[in-house]
Amino acid sequence: MRFAVSLLTVLGIASIIGTVLKQNEPYTNYIIQFGQFWFEVFEVLGLYDVYHSVWFLLILLFLVISTSLCVYRNSPNMLREMRVWREHATEKSLRAFSHQHEYQANGTPDEIRAGLTRFLTARGFRFKTVQHENGDQLIAAKAGTYQRLGYIFTHTAIVVICVGGLIDGNVPFKVQELLGYKTVEVRDIAASEVPAESRLSTANLSFRGNMTLPEGTSADVAFMRMRDGYLVQELPFRVALKDFRIEHYATGQPKSFESDLVITDPDLAEPLEATISVNKPLIYKGIAIYQSDFQDGGSNLDFNLWGLFSNQVAPLSVRGTIHQEVTLGEGDTALTVEFDDFRKFNILNLTADGKGKPHNVGPNVTFKVRDTQGQAREYVTYMQPLKLDERFYFVSGMRPALQEEFKYLRIPVDENFEIEGFMRLRAAMMDSAAHAEIARRLTKSSLSADADNDDMKGKFESSVTQLLRAFAEGGYTRIAALIEDSVPEEQRDNAAQTYIKIISSAAFEAHNLARERADKSPAVADEETLIFLQDSLNSLSDIFFYGAPFYLELKEYEHREASGLQLTRSPGKNLVYSGSVLLVLGIFAMIYIRERRIWLLVKSDNRVLFAMSSNRKNRDLDLEFARYQEQLQRLLA
Amino acid sequence: MNNALINDEPIPLLKRLNWQDWLYSIVLLAGAIFAFNRYSHHMDVYEQGFLFGAVATFSWLGWSWKAMRNLVLGVGVLSLFAIFVYDADLQRAEQAFFLKYLISSQSAIMWMNVLFILATVTYWVALFNRSQFTGKFASSLAWAAVLMGFVGLMVRWYESYLIAPDVGYIPVSNLYEVFILFCLITALLYLYYERRYATRQLGGFVMLIISAAVGFILWYIFDREAYTIQPLVPALQSYWMKIHVPANFIGYGAFSLAAMVGIAYLLSARGILASRLPSLDTMDDLMYKAIAVGFAFFTIATILGAMWAAEAWGGYWSWDPKETWALIVWLNYAAWLHLRLVKGMRGPILAWWAVVGLFVTTFAFIGVNMFLSGLHSYGEL
Repeated sequence: MRFAVSLLTVLGIASIIGTVLKQNEPYTNYIIQFGQFWFEVFEVLGLYDVYHSVWFLLILLFLVISTSLCVYRNSPNMLREMRVWREHATEKSLRAFSHQHEYQANGTPDEIRAGLTRFLTARGFRFKTVQHENGDQLIAAKAGTYQRLGYIFTHTAIVVICVGGLIDGNVPFKVQELLGYKTVEVRDIAASEVPAESRLSTANLSFRGNMTLPEGTSADVAFMRMRDGYLVQELPFRVALKDFRIEHYATGQPKSFESDLVITDPDLAEPLEATISVNKPLIYKGIAIYQSDFQDGGSNLDFNLWGLFSNQVAPLSVRGTIHQEVTLGEGDTALTVEFDDFRKFNILNLTADGKGKPHNVGPNVTFKVRDTQGQAREYVTYMQPLKLDERFYFVSGMRPALQEEFKYLRIPVDENFEIEGFMRLRAAMMDSAAHAEIARRLTKSSLSADADNDDMKGKFESSVTQLLRAFAEGGYTRIAALIEDSVPEEQRDNAAQTYIKIISSAAFEAHNLARERADKSPAVADEETLIFLQDSLNSLSDIFFYGAPFYLELKEYEHREASGLQLTRSPGKNLVYSGSVLLVLGIFAMIYIRERRIWLLVKSDNRVLFAMSSNRKNRDLDLEFARYQEQLQRLLA
Repeated sequence: MNNALINDEPIPLLKRLNWQDWLYSIVLLAGAIFAFNRYSHHMDVYEQGFLFGAVATFSWLGWSWKAMRNLVLGVGVLSLFAIFVYDADLQRAEQAFFLKYLISSQSAIMWMNVLFILATVTYWVALFNRSQFTGKFASSLAWAAVLMGFVGLMVRWYESYLIAPDVGYIPVSNLYEVFILFCLITALLYLYYERRYATRQLGGFVMLIISAAVGFILWYIFDREAYTIQPLVPALQSYWMKIHVPANFIGYGAFSLAAMVGIAYLLSARGILASRLPSLDTMDDLMYKAIAVGFAFFTIATILGAMWAAEAWGGYWSWDPKETWALIVWLNYAAWLHLRLVKGMRGPILAWWAVVGLFVTTFAFIGVNMFLSGLHSYGEL
């Protein structure tokens, strides 16, 4: 018992560790979190998968054994206790009871006995009468003896549940692994190439594997993640995904995930078609197939690629497929774009205070841009402009490492709700050949026409050109550096204000120059245009932190989804369920059935000794005894 | 107890029923038959079972606890009245007087909050004044709070269907709703024991934990607008939820009740308020009864949860943090009951343990949602 309790305590603590430390993460995450040394210590202790570690399973096994022994040792006693009447209690021992009372009864012995037995029967007591040699009669009664079954039921239940759980755990694999028959596969290779020592046959008793099926494909193996690798579980049939659907509520939140599956099996005359959804699995050949998650199954995407630091006006077309990559450029400057995920629906809450309602903001694509050194940045780009602070922007997030937060580049929409307006402006602002022209126009519009000082005009023009070049080289940061280098400290604030003003005005000229080149009518300097320019300048300054020399604008997509299925075979389930039923019965029996015994010793001189006991001394017993004592008083009077 | 006896012989429940009991059950049955005639084509076999199972359950509850009859009928009448006033138009919540100020789900739940706070204060006044009358008044306030809370949940149920037929669900699905459920169940359990043990002195203590939950609800309403009805994510669209969650909250409610009685016990054992509180034995017994009920229902709830998990996640046990903490809570109270039933332990240690148990339970209830991530991530703060 004490041993069992300490095992339970260890189990409890281990369980807590398992909830605090995220289980079954990729091992690299743990290394980042703990550092190499502690990572290895924790790995040896099996803390990354506590509930399947050898020591955890051993403790469970010990518990099962010790509880079984407990049941085995105590049950016969319990059952005997249930059967006995304890009719051999002596008068002396009854008088020693804490709950006893003596009456002087009226009536014949038979009447008294009849009254007493009626009294007992009405209260649910069963009894046995014994005649003592001295003429006394002892009525030994009992009720609620099934309480003791509660003990047997609950403890048996725990054993049954644990055994069921162990059957469904991966004990057989653990054993085979320890004996060296099986190993975990850690290489990223096709399922068909995984060697036999990492494959589990269809005869495997219990498993819980996953399968990701793009629409229109099929598979006959499932994968089981294990520690830093996986195992391949062969299936006795082939599963094909015809269609995967997500339905949405009017608000945009997902309402259902459904997969149309086709099962082909030599044992089947014709393929079995079934639709599964969350909470509605399909069970075939003892293997349950669940809708577990979904991901992109290789959507085709068409992008406009805009060079950010060039004077290029027209975009290039780029076609990408999720889970595949595209290499842009050549040699040392080549960049590889790895398309990771496409989501058609994104429910976001974009209100500034976070109190508004989330809504669908349309598709986004997640990709990584990797240089030839292997360094990668991750990007997430939304297809449609998002409404932020009452204005619309094309939004793309960047993060240099997975554990960091995304930082967002927001590009304002033009009057047609497109990105072109910004990109035209960008082309002009990044075009060093255009800087002189912009400066000239700015000089013309800002210095009064009759200003005869050509020298001053020339100076102004050249400083505007210089500022534009600096801005094209590094945005506001570069301007700030410029000020720091060339302006005395006390004048810096003024200079900064002047420079920013000049750049804003220059941007307006650049905007119109770009519009001219695109055969568009010149813009008026109204508030709308000014805000657009302000936003554009901010974006132009931010692209220096964007990390990629291009912007991928998602134009078209051809959505292809993949359904994540979970396949389980758990023969222990029925054991666990029957154990559970037993457990509930046992608990109710233990708590709500009260075992009580009553002895009524009818002496030949009509004295009646009433004694009562229970295996649990509590308030209920006191109350019941007091009640019966009173009732007997009236009965026997 | 005395009315259960004739000539000192106990009478079976069915023979004890009076005409009001039968009328009550007939009303329930008539309601069920009406609903069945009208809506049975929308129900599957489980739901039909639930419908008539509810008649049986609430009949039995009402027969063995007479106050329950009034509650059930009151909730029914007010809810039907709310549906009548709504007239299938959600906008009426802001226009109709009764809905706006009294029985739209938001208003009813506000009333519940106010009444629970008032009940708490009144119970404490009654405790300090040793006033029977104030105590009775406090009980009435608690009953009124329970009434309004259930009306709030019922009307919310209706409102969810008014938003859109496919949005509708039984409101036991998010943290806001289950907190209301927690208040109601804890209060009902307390009110039951209040009558059983004929003592109102513990009301102040138990109502404290309910008030804490009310405080949370208020914060949740005002800071997070938690009352907005959001449609269910696919994982929660299951009939298991409708029994798993309430069963769990009978457990949580009972454990909280036991902990609050444990505090009263510990105070009384140190001579604080000792003359005003029930005897130590009574409190000890109440604590045991509450934990026993809680443990039984918590076990059932955990098993139901496992069965649901088997259907939704593909495994009856995934060692998800919520599951694991449920196991820890279960082991904790299993040990408590073991010590008491098998070792015969009594007294302050168990009271302390019940109080500590509340922290474990609270962590399993909300801490897991706040600090740990896992499959049960529906109730995130």
